This record gives sequence, structure tokens and C-alpha cells, in this order.
Amino acid sequence: MFGLSADLIDVRRVFTHVEEIHHEFGPVAEAPLVRGAIAAVLRNPYAGQYQTNIVPMMEALNPLGVQLAQQLCQAMGVAPDAIQGYGKGAIVGAAGELEHGALWHVPGGYAMRELLGWKGDRAAYTAGQGGVSSGQPGNALSIVPSTKKVGPPGAALDVPLTHINASYVRSHFDAIEVRVPGAPRADEIVLILAMSTGARVHARVGGLAAQDISQWNGLR
Amino acid sequence: MPGWVVWPPKTSANGMDCAETALENNMTAQIRKIVVQVDELLQEGGKAVTPPTRRALAMAVIANPYAARFSDNLDELIAIGEELGGLLGARCVKALGIKPADAHSYGKAAIVGEAGELEHAAALLHPKLGAPLRMAVSKGAALVPSAKKQGTLGTAIDVPLGHKDAAFVRSHFDAMEARISDAPRANEILVAVVVTDSGRPHPRVGGLQVHEIVGQDGLR
Repeated sequence: MFGLSADLIDVRRVFTHVEEIHHEFGPVAEAPLVRGAIAAVLRNPYAGQYQTNIVPMMEALNPLGVQLAQQLCQAMGVAPDAIQGYGKGAIVGAAGELEHGALWHVPGGYAMRELLGWKGDRAAYTAGQGGVSSGQPGNALSIVPSTKKVGPPGAALDVPLTHINASYVRSHFDAIEVRVPGAPRADEIVLILAMSTGARVHARVGGLAAQDISQWNGLR
Repeated sequence: MPGWVVWPPKTSANGMDCAETALENNMTAQIRKIVVQVDELLQEGGKAVTPPTRRALAMAVIANPYAARFSDNLDELIAIGEELGGLLGARCVKALGIKPADAHSYGKAAIVGEAGELEHAAALLHPKLGAPLRMAVSKGAALVPSAKKQGTLGTAIDVPLGHKDAAFVRSHFDAMEARISDAPRANEILVAVVVTDSGRPHPRVGGLQVHEIVGQDGLR
């Protein structure tokens, strides 16, 4: 599906970044924390002009979201059920607007959530209406935290990470710096998904712990 | 469809295969983190790249055993260099999902934190890193191009690349930028190895071609 295309989705480059953190000057982790990010560099079809209706691209990005989520898991060498934290982001090239980066919220977020076991009603969420349920309704209940910016080639974006089932889990508040040397060019966008397999390597500032999640509302 | 197959496919929960885990458990190097990146280019200059070019970068952040002291003997770093040549070379090949013989070019680099000397990078890179790296990519008659510098957290180094069997192959002269946002700390060293399965995306400046390689003297 990647390659030259007259379609809205025209991917030039795919960049993956996977890190294993063994320690940060404290006790060495038994299994290293694995954090990863995948960035697709694609043509911004709305660059260089103000266009009122940009929503068609949001829908067109869905397959890319699914593919990037799967490829990131593969690059991290873990199964989807090993993922405990996630985030997403976008860097828009100089001829675009911040709003173009916002096109990634729905296709990026829900692709990753569905891969990780989310069972909600995607159409309702796309329309901006959340769902309410009791018990643990699948996984990936939390909103996917995000950052976006307009930037030059090689711009760095700090992509936030939070626990996939409860945003308030303090041990999993984290961020991963993502930067693609040479991208985005002025007429490009870099779309990013990020995942991690656990808490910060020496997490010890209290707060809600992952094993104490009880409300299953994506928050606590 | 692009997307790398994890190779070899046998992996444990943290994504490392058993031989790799054993290797890493027995290492002299004190590794704080390992970062692996893959850069896949599908089009350049408005023209499809077929097959896409792919470059893998593997970096290790290690404690510098000679930080903040002068030592005539740098044997510990020489031994660590030998370990890292095999480890990082294998990580690159695995991230590309290729057989060792399908590697095209390689390069190496190191960034020494402020409490170390440039000579520490030389000890890591030159005496013993090459042989196990060549095992990881099979053959490797050519010199492994290198770069070194002193730096701090987030310092970038451009890892020079050349064809692994014939240094004069012009289509494979390239470089890949290596950088870790939180390394090297003053008493650390960042060691980087790059392996590719291709040359530049659309090489057209002549010189020795891949099909003309003799592969005996490492030059032509």
C-alpha cells in the first residue's frame, strides 16, 4: 500500500525507533523496559493552501494507522498484549498547519487501541460520543495522549505515553522523543505512534498503580 | 508491502532471542540502554525507490570504565568493543529482517561523554570491533568507515557508510545520523553501528558498481 500515489495517502518513508532501557543509574531491570515509536513520512495534500474541508484525509488514514500499529509491535518484538503504555503525535512541515496534524487523532488512536484489544464503538467515538460500560470492557480504555507541532526537517517531538487502561496510572506517565532526520519537508507530515511495555524503569513516586485500576473508565 | 520480519523469529517476551540474551548476560560492558532504528525510504525526488532502501542503526550506551582518570592501558574498552561489534551488528541485521549475506554497507561511530577522552572511542572502535561485526554481516572485506567525537546528551554523530566488500563502490557512500536524547552522560560512551541492505536511493554519479565488485582487497 505504500508508494507513489495520487491518493491522499502517499507515504515516502517509514522510520522505526525501539529502545531497551536496562537501568537509569538504579537497579538493573530484570526485563528491560521496551519503548518504541514508528513514524510515517507522507505528502501533505493540503500544504500551501487553506482548505476548508480536510476531513476526507482522516478517513483515508485508517489503513495506515492499522499498519503502523502492527509494524511497531513487530519492531518492538512483543505481542500486542505486552503493551502497557501508548501515545501518538504529528509533525507538520512548514507549508502546512497545525490543524493538519489533528487529522491523526482518530485514525492513529483507534488503530492502536483496536490492536491492543479495545472493544468500543468506533463510529460513536469518531462522532465524538464516548461509551459507558461496567467491568473491564476490553483493553486500551484510556485516551491516547498526543502532541503535535509544525516544524522543520529533523524537528524533535516529545510524544507522551500513558497507561493504556487508566490515564491516572502515575508509574506509566512517560514520553519518548521522536525525530526523523531530514523530515518533514515543507509539504510533508510525519505521523507517529508510540508504545511501551511498562512503567518508567525506576518508577517510585506513588499515585494510582496499574494493579489498582478499578473503574475501567479509561481514567482510574 | 514493506514491514520487517523479525529474524531470527524465535523471541522471548522482551523481544530478544535466547542466544542474544545469553550473550548480553555475559557481557563485560555495562549497558544502560540499547536503541535500534530502521529507516525505510519508499520514494525520493518524486520517484519510487524499488525495492525501498533500508538502513538499520543500533546504539548502545555504556559506562566508560576510564571516565575521569588517565589510563595508559585501555584493554577494557577494547574488549567491550569486541562484544559490541557482534551485538550491535546482529541487532541491525535482525531489525532489517535479512540474512547476513544480504547486508550491503556498514559503518561505526562513538560519542564519548565529557569525562572521557577521544582515545576511548578509538579503543572501542578500532582494535577489535570489526571482526565480530564482519561475522554478523558475513565477509566484510572492506574497512569499516568510522567517526568519533566527544559530546553530551543529545549530541548527533553522522555514521559514515561504505560497501562492506569494496570501499570504492560509489553508490553506497552514505551516512546515517545517530543520536540519543539522554546520552552520553559525562561518564558514558554511545557506540553506534549501522548496517544497510542497499545503497543510496537513486544513485547516478557513476563510479564502481556493485556488479563489478571483485571483493578481494576490500577496495574494488
